[in-house]
Amino acid sequence: MYAVNFLLLSAALFCIGVFGVIARRNAVMVLMSIELILNSVNLNLVAFALMNNDVDGHIFALFVIAVAAAEVGVGLAMVLMIYRNRRSIALDELSEMKG
Amino acid sequence: MSLLAVLASDVNVAQNVGFYVIAAIMLFAAFSVVSTSDVVHAALWLVVVLGGVAAQYILAAAEFVAVSQVMVYIGAVMVLFLFGIMLTRSMIGSDTDVNNKGWGIGIPVALLMFGVLAYSVIDAFDNTVLVDRSEVQIASTTTAISDGYLGDYLVPLIALSFVLLAAAVGAIVLARKD
Repeated sequence: MYAVNFLLLSAALFCIGVFGVIARRNAVMVLMSIELILNSVNLNLVAFALMNNDVDGHIFALFVIAVAAAEVGVGLAMVLMIYRNRRSIALDELSEMKG
Repeated sequence: MSLLAVLASDVNVAQNVGFYVIAAIMLFAAFSVVSTSDVVHAALWLVVVLGGVAAQYILAAAEFVAVSQVMVYIGAVMVLFLFGIMLTRSMIGSDTDVNNKGWGIGIPVALLMFGVLAYSVIDAFDNTVLVDRSEVQIASTTTAISDGYLGDYLVPLIALSFVLLAAAVGAIVLARKD
């Protein structure tokens, strides 16, 4: 198995996630795209661990999984709060902090 | 590279075929996540992507990470997403305005970024062959991970547990009704 396989797959997943973050208007869908990005990073870390023949990449991938779980919990709580205050989670309508 | 050269090298052909099949499914599902107009469908396509990532972990000899991926992402994060969708949407079904007005800008940005990443990856790691691990190494992977967590990475592990605690408390504080 070539290292380029894993790295190109995760680059493609990363770019699809970036497109989702830019294009989506619904806050929950933006969070899903962020999950795509974090998973592509994890795939890279595991591939590098296999390439270097150690387990440090696995350890960092597990760290990223834990941080992603925390991020989704806080992010969805924020989305719920925004929905409760505005009855909408469209990100382009959140303009109160615009200068 | 010709097929004969691939067969003559020490690349495992069955492993590669499995990789490409799973990768094609994952890419199709990822495109569906960012292109479907139904939020629930996007969440279900995301399950396919996350399961495909777990399968790729197993191909890369990372069983512990794969099981953690299934438990944390497919088990917990997807339930959170579905609850978030249910609590923030009055109607289930296709939505007409899930994209921003300027969503087309994302296509050149993503393509340009993929071009740069693909060029640099191919330039740096072309012909780097991943050597399969021996069964002894695979059997001791989990032991090595726990040695890492309780040895060199003990302080980051404790810090991460505080991050999780703070996130749990913060999510409760943000989401409760006062």
